[in-house]
Amino acid sequence: MQPLWELVVANPIAAAVLALVGLALLFGALLGFAAERFRVEGDPIVEQIDALLPQTQCGQCGHPGCRPYAESIAAGEAINKCPPGGQATINALAALLDLPAPELDDEHGEASEVKKVAYIREDECIGCTKCIQACPVDAILGSAKMMHTVIAAECTGCDLCVEPCPVDCIDMLPVETGIQGWQWQLPPRPGLIASDRQPHSGAAA
Amino acid sequence: MRKVWQTPGGIHPAENKLQSVQQPIQPLPLPPRLWVALNQHAGAVAKPLVAVGERVLKGQMIARPQPDSGTALHAPSSGTVVAIGPHPIAHPSGLPADCIEIVCDGLEQWIDRDRHPDYRSLPRSELLVMISERGVAGLGGAGFPTAIKLASDRPIELLLINATECEPYITADDSLLRERAEQMLVGIDIASYLLGDPAERVIGIEDNKPEAIAALRTAIAARSDKAAAIELAIFPTKYPSGGEKQLIQIVTGRELPSGALPAELGIVCQNVGTLYALKRAIVDGEPLISRITTVTGKACLRNGNYETLIGTPVSALLGHNQLQPQRLARLIMGGPMMGVALPSSELPTVKTSNCFIAADASEVAPEQPAQPCIRCGLCAEACPASLLPQQLYWHAQSQQHEKLEAHNLFDCIECGACSYVCPSNIPLVQYFRAGKGEIRQQRAEKAKSDFARERFEFRQQRLEQQERDKQAKREARKLAAEQAKAAQAQGDNGAAEDNSAAALIAAAQARAAARMASPQQQRDKLTRAITSSRARLQAAEDKLTQAQHDGADHSQLQALQAAQAAAAQKLQLAEQKLAELAATDSASSSDASAAPELDAASRAIAKARDSAAAREAMSPSEKMASDLAALDKRLAKLQEKLELCEDSEQRQLLESSAAKLQAKRDALHTSSQGDQHGI
Ligand code: SF4
Ligand code: SF4
Ligand code: SF4
Ligand code: SF4
Repeated sequence: MQPLWELVVANPIAAAVLALVGLALLFGALLGFAAERFRVEGDPIVEQIDALLPQTQCGQCGHPGCRPYAESIAAGEAINKCPPGGQATINALAALLDLPAPELDDEHGEASEVKKVAYIREDECIGCTKCIQACPVDAILGSAKMMHTVIAAECTGCDLCVEPCPVDCIDMLPVETGIQGWQWQLPPRPGLIASDRQPHSGAAA
Repeated sequence: MRKVWQTPGGIHPAENKLQSVQQPIQPLPLPPRLWVALNQHAGAVAKPLVAVGERVLKGQMIARPQPDSGTALHAPSSGTVVAIGPHPIAHPSGLPADCIEIVCDGLEQWIDRDRHPDYRSLPRSELLVMISERGVAGLGGAGFPTAIKLASDRPIELLLINATECEPYITADDSLLRERAEQMLVGIDIASYLLGDPAERVIGIEDNKPEAIAALRTAIAARSDKAAAIELAIFPTKYPSGGEKQLIQIVTGRELPSGALPAELGIVCQNVGTLYALKRAIVDGEPLISRITTVTGKACLRNGNYETLIGTPVSALLGHNQLQPQRLARLIMGGPMMGVALPSSELPTVKTSNCFIAADASEVAPEQPAQPCIRCGLCAEACPASLLPQQLYWHAQSQQHEKLEAHNLFDCIECGACSYVCPSNIPLVQYFRAGKGEIRQQRAEKAKSDFARERFEFRQQRLEQQERDKQAKREARKLAAEQAKAAQAQGDNGAAEDNSAAALIAAAQARAAARMASPQQQRDKLTRAITSSRARLQAAEDKLTQAQHDGADHSQLQALQAAQAAAAQKLQLAEQKLAELAATDSASSSDASAAPELDAASRAIAKARDSAAAREAMSPSEKMASDLAALDKRLAKLQEKLELCEDSEQRQLLESSAAKLQAKRDALHTSSQGDQHGI
């Protein structure tokens, strides 16, 4: 004890090294404890990514649903494979993950402007239940040898039920946006200086 | 007069109100056709109750609202329904919406009007249903169903009547008050009754309507019922003091918190036009089929207020006002600040159509190109909601929705004051409307995608559960098959035979022991029964002698005698049974000594032992021969089955097993041959 104390007093370098080593041990222990104590179950980033995906569950991204795609984005897959989400989803994902926002990869399909909903021509339906098995969100109602129908409010427009239908009685119809769905559009942007060429606007303030 | 408070912001645009109040309210000639839009305002669409070709009477209900939203619709005049389908309506989108088209017959034939001048004797709930069924909706703003507003379940302290009409040009409420103030007061009383007679009833009105104020004063003074006092709150003219929040602040000095409803402060606001419609609906039994509409603007030779049937084409209104089409620069529905430009005049009016302005070129500023924001801050000064329009504009332009919400975009009342003052001519309100629309749409999409995720996850879970169940079943079946196989293997195995024989013997012995135990038990039971019956018999006899000795009455004696007889009989029965048991016991024990293993199990054991011994005694070739015979037998049976079988799948199975058996048999046969040769 005595020699160590004298060494410290006599040798400021040793004192500094000792102090730093002591601090390092203390904070290391603290961090180690915190890592154990406040461990997060699951992968929160997957939840956040999944919340941004459109939940159409169409599989166009090459994964069986949006969540699996969220998981593989978290594992490093490209973020531009979801056509239903389009550029808006890519931008949101890029902002979340702090990545540059690429264009949509059209290998996986094209983003469509209009929302669609499945419609079963009911008098042609033979009640084979094949579409029910294909629907990822249980939006089809029916049973064997009975007429089937789509619950329009629950259909995500994923297109998966069209292919399995043996009599081709399912159509994808554009969702009607009547007066209820109408909304104001942004007016054209003013230019930076007044003499900029303006696109003619019919809108009024 | 009541004290009033100041509100922030506000502007003073040119009023332009005088031209339309020169004449009293006039009726309009009946148009030949009427189009009643099924959605009169934001919210659910009403369901038609009439069919094409049906004749309807004036005031007949022709469409019913969805439960808890919207109001009923009524035929504005008698006539025939000729179409129910899309027709352009007065809406900023210019999109068509479903309308009921009625060709008027000109007879103006009313339904039976159900009048209730004694409304205070009706229960509130009944009155509310009546209001909803008679189509009364807010005529001042968005057409919110009045019955829902008046059905507030919170205690209300203030009924605030909005007579502000702060927007330039519009005089519909002004002229209504000038001419029909007493009727409007009746409407106040009905609303007051429905709200449980709040402590205060205040009419808020701007000081630019002296005639209306005078008419209100006279009407209030002439009221017979002085108990429910009605106050006037008169305040300086400023746009927009007619907004619900602004009016509440002017009259009470309290600010409505962001996102709160007036009812949370104990206040209900009603427009004067709505209260007048309420009186007509309840006291006169006339559903809401018409309203007062201002038609004005310099492109019309006449300006004025008209009693307009709902569904009247705008062109009919303008035609009556001698519109000069060549002078028309823009047709505006609503006021110049908050109204919208209409693409054509072939559109029907709705319940909320309070004003049409046929403006000429001098009235609408020529469209100026928007210039960049210079951050002058005028818009923030003008904003009655104390927002920062220049900031909102910035975020709306770059579609940063979180920032818009953080800057309280949803507190914007879309009054247009900011656009009015902006020196750069930026159409600020349009940005805010668009921003609100986008946020609403995003919220709806988010809700939908969350719902889809939930359903998807639920389905996933269900499929997994099914798979797990299937797997479990498969495993159970496999296990059972393995056990069966193992058992069979034991049976086939000669070495295991001793084991199984020993097990069989043990089981048989256990069974025999169980049977042996039961006669012993029986005997014990019977002995116990005999002793107890003996005791009972003794007691009964004692009692009987005692009773005879005491000289008990006849019936008592009889009962005792019967009891004694029963006890004796029981004893006899038990003794008899015991004797029987003893006889059989001695017989079986003598049998057992003669042939110890006579029961079925023992016989089976003996047989198995015999056969095993016989097999042991057989030479290998004999063994093989017997095996061969057994296989032949099985093969024959299988063949028989195969012939009977019809199901192709089963047949295949049978065939394959037959082939296997055949192979086995052949192998055995050749080896036995070889053995024979070898011997
Ligand atoms: S493409 Fe998009 S919507 Fe379709 S499953 Fe993949 S992530 Fe979901
Ligand atoms: S109904 Fe068809 S299109 Fe709609 S979600 Fe189901 S599978 Fe997809
Ligand atoms: S439109 Fe909105 S932001 Fe502009 S002044 Fe009115 S309340 Fe304020
Ligand atoms: S009034 Fe117009 S120019 Fe001035 S700060 Fe507001 S938006 Fe910018």
